[in-house]
Order: sequence, then C-alpha cells, then structure tokens
Amino acid sequence: MSAVRAVWNVLVPPLIVGVLFVGTWEIIVRVFDIKPFLLPAPSSIWTTLGDNWSKVWDAMLITGANALVGLLFGVVCGVALSFVLMRFNVVNELVTPLAVALNAIPIIVLVPVFNNMFASTTEVPRRLMVTLIVSFIVLLNVAKGLRQVSATHMELLHSYAASPSEILRKARIPNAMSYLFTALKIAAPVAVITAFVSEYFGGSQNGLGYGITSNAAISRTAASWGYVVGACLLGLAFYLAAVLLERLASPSQRSTHHQPTNQQSTNQQARGLDPGGATA
Amino acid sequence: MSSPEPHTASAAVVVDGVSMAFNSGRPNQVDALVGIDLSIHSGDFVSLIGPSGCGKSTLLRLIADLIEPTSGTVLVNGKSAKQSRLDQDYGMAFQQSGLFEWRTVRKNIELPLELKGWGKAKRQSRAEEMLDLVQLSDFGSHMPWQLSGGMQQRVAIARALASHPPLLLMDEPFGALDEMTREHMQAELLRICGAAQTTVVFVTHSIPEAVYLSSRVVVLSPRPGRITDIIDVDLGAERDEDTREADLFYKKITEVREALRGAEGQTSGPTGVRGVEDR
Repeated sequence: MSAVRAVWNVLVPPLIVGVLFVGTWEIIVRVFDIKPFLLPAPSSIWTTLGDNWSKVWDAMLITGANALVGLLFGVVCGVALSFVLMRFNVVNELVTPLAVALNAIPIIVLVPVFNNMFASTTEVPRRLMVTLIVSFIVLLNVAKGLRQVSATHMELLHSYAASPSEILRKARIPNAMSYLFTALKIAAPVAVITAFVSEYFGGSQNGLGYGITSNAAISRTAASWGYVVGACLLGLAFYLAAVLLERLASPSQRSTHHQPTNQQSTNQQARGLDPGGATA
Repeated sequence: MSSPEPHTASAAVVVDGVSMAFNSGRPNQVDALVGIDLSIHSGDFVSLIGPSGCGKSTLLRLIADLIEPTSGTVLVNGKSAKQSRLDQDYGMAFQQSGLFEWRTVRKNIELPLELKGWGKAKRQSRAEEMLDLVQLSDFGSHMPWQLSGGMQQRVAIARALASHPPLLLMDEPFGALDEMTREHMQAELLRICGAAQTTVVFVTHSIPEAVYLSSRVVVLSPRPGRITDIIDVDLGAERDEDTREADLFYKKITEVREALRGAEGQTSGPTGVRGVEDR
C-alpha cells in the first residue's frame, strides 16, 4: 500500500532524530543538574503527561477543532479567491499586496481585536485567525497553479480551439491540484500553531495554548511541557492527514523519483504567463 | 520557386504575402518574417529550415493561427487559418511533447477528441487505433512520466493525428531526442503520415532530417525571415536506412547547405550558419 508506505517514509526518519534529541536532552539535564522549573527532563515531562493525559487530550480536542474548522474555511476561502484572482488581473494586482499586508499583521495584534469583536466565550476569534492565515497560504499557491499552465499546453489547447472554460477544466484546475496539496501540507501544521498561539491572547480559558501559559505561570513547568507535547502530536497528525489526503487523491503521481514530464519547461516557459508573480 | 498549381493538386496551405512584426510600430519592433509566399500541396511533406531566430516557428504558428500576421493572408484547406483552427483541421506537435502529466497516455490521446465533442466509445476506439499506429498499445494506461522521451513524442504524434486531420504541423518535434531515437522516429513519422496521406509542415534545424523527410525543403534567411530557396527532394516513397547512405541523399544535403549559406550571404549577418546542424 503506497499510502501506508508514504506515512512510513514521513514518520520514521524524524522519529530517529527525535529519539536522539530527547536522549541528549535527558542526559544534559541529569549531568548538569538543571532545575526542573527551568527545564524539566523528558522523563519527568512524560510522567506528568501520563498523570494529566485526560486534560491534555481535552485541550488537544478543543485546539484541534479550532484548527480544523479554520483550516476548512481557509481552504474554501483561499480556493474561491484564487479563482477570482485568476479571472481578473486587476483584482490580482489589488488583492495580492493587500493579502500580503494582512498576513504581515502578527497574531498577537489580530486576536485581541477579534476577541473584542465577538463574545469572549466563543471559539470564533481563534477560528477566524486560522482561516485568515490558511486562506493566504492556499490563495498564493492555488492562484499560481491556475495561472502557470505550461506554454506548450496553452498552445495545444488553442490549436484545439478550446474555450476559456475548457482550458480551465482541462488544464488550469488539474494543474492547480498539486499546488493545492502543497498548500495543504504547509497550512495543516500552521493551522494548529495558529490555533494554539491564538489561545495565548485572551478569549476562552481552554485549549493547548492556555494549558501552556496557565501552568507556566504557576511554575508547573513539566505540566506545561506536557501541553507542548500535545501540540506537537496534534501538528504531526494534521500534517500526516494532509500527506495521506494527497496520496489518496493522486495515486498516479506517487513516485517521488519521477518529476512530472513537463516540470522544467513549465517553470521556464510559464514565467511570461504570470505577470502577478504570485510566489509562495 | 514553385507556385500554386491548382490543376495538379489542391493546395493544403497557401501563404500569401505574409509579413510578421512583433511590437509593431514601437521602437522595439522586430521584423520576424517579410513577404512570405508559400503554397503547400495536399500530401506534401514540407520542411522549413533556417538559422536560429529566422522565424520558421513563427511561420508555423501563423499557419496554425496561434498568432495573426501583421499583413497578408493564410489559407488552410481553402479556409482562413482561423476557421481551420476552429474546425480542428490540423494536428500539432512541439519539441516538448506537452503531454498532460495528470492524464494517462490514452486520455492524452483522447483530449483533442473530447474537445471536439466525441462520445466516450468513439474516443476510446480511436485512441486504441492511434496507440496501435504508434506501437504503444501496451502503454495506454501508463502515465506520461513512465515513458521514455521517444515514447512520449510518439504519444504526442498520436494525439496530433487522433482526429485524422488532413494537416500536421510540427515544430522541431525530435529536437530533444538522441540521434538513434531521432532517426527511428523519422522513419516512424514517414510510415504513419504516408499511410494516412497527411500533409506535413515540419520545422527543423537539422539538414539531414529535412532532406530525409521532405518532398520539399523551404530555406529561410536569417531575420527578417524570407524564403530564399525551395529545394525539391525526391528520395522515393520507400525510404529506409540505405536511403541515408545514398548519393542523392548527400547531394541534396549539400544543396540545402549551400542554399543556407547563400541565404546567410544575403544579409550582412555574421559568417557561418548559426543554429543549423549538419548531422
């Protein structure tokens, strides 16, 4: 099964590095006798995590739900916007700088603003924040995929007297699919990070981010690190889900040893077709 | 220069007084082609040869109506080039095979037929016929990247010929292939087009390729491109590996090469024919 193999390839090498990293960490903490409130040893984090697991698990579910809802809305918004951008060049020139500017506003600024806009007990501000970040990533990538159809493909389709909508269906959308999955692989872990970092800045008192700050504030450093482990697991789960989705959607292009036939020419020739220069 | 002879053969392509300038009227105007008159008979295999940048690909794109001439007219099968494009009267192949990498080989061949509005069953049977023609019957379900460069180019030719167009336009289709594959592909192309009586316009920068394939070789001067010579080649309908050793083959190669040198001499360009291969 290629899907299983794909997950295996993604999972095993970082796991080895991770084990080495944690081992070194444990040794350093023991050898230099570092105080637990500064940096707890992995073993004590592990013990605390075991004691607190139901709390961490609940927090993972809350943050995960926020990340997932934001991710889905973000993908929908990003794809919809990229079609508008592809269709209207003027909009492209107007919106792209705006999107970049909007994305440059840090989470720390936007989340409190969103918190003021909505009731502080809802998860809406956090989900909105995730939606914003994700739609930006999806927008840039998918718009590029829709625009950068190889010159040879365009000439061929013109020689077949293909209409704009046929060009869209036969070339632009299929071409943009790989860009969409690339965007998804970037956006999935980013959605988790955005969701739990958003929890740092007010709103409901739940989720992984809240777990980290509230425990750190009362010097329960090991418990705090337990939530960090939860965040790592959640981010990993999101990323793997994105990889799995890509493999399932395009089994025919699974081989990483073969580049698509026209990849080089696409990159060379398509530059002239992309005045927007939407580069991720 | 040969002129149209409507009583002997109908003209597949008539290019009449065509000039092409890019950025016309602006300071950076580039005259690509000047005063091109060319008549290609039905069933002809015509090669366009000339140095790099002489506008041979531009001429092909004008015939294909992918670009419009600055002045002059292009008729394809007695219709305007635009009407012929809309009617899909020609197939086209490029140096890049241009296969759609998300489609199987079979689905790639079916693409022009899909756009013609053919039904599924009709498309599938035609795709099988074309796969058989280019001897890739076992590869219909493969993805393009699983095929070698020569095989990909054969698929591109099958796709170009899928709707049985009377005219095939090719822009250096074998330019990216190695020499052995290239000679093999040339023989294949003659077999395929000979069987279907297809008219071919073939852009190349290889003299032996032009001579081996063509019934006529059209020699273009450096930019701005003009037709300086049209050389009739008659190596016979049955061309094989021995043809490449024949005296007539070498004689014609020499003739084309001298025509190219002559074309070079007509403008004050640098010496030597750039971008034309003797191999």
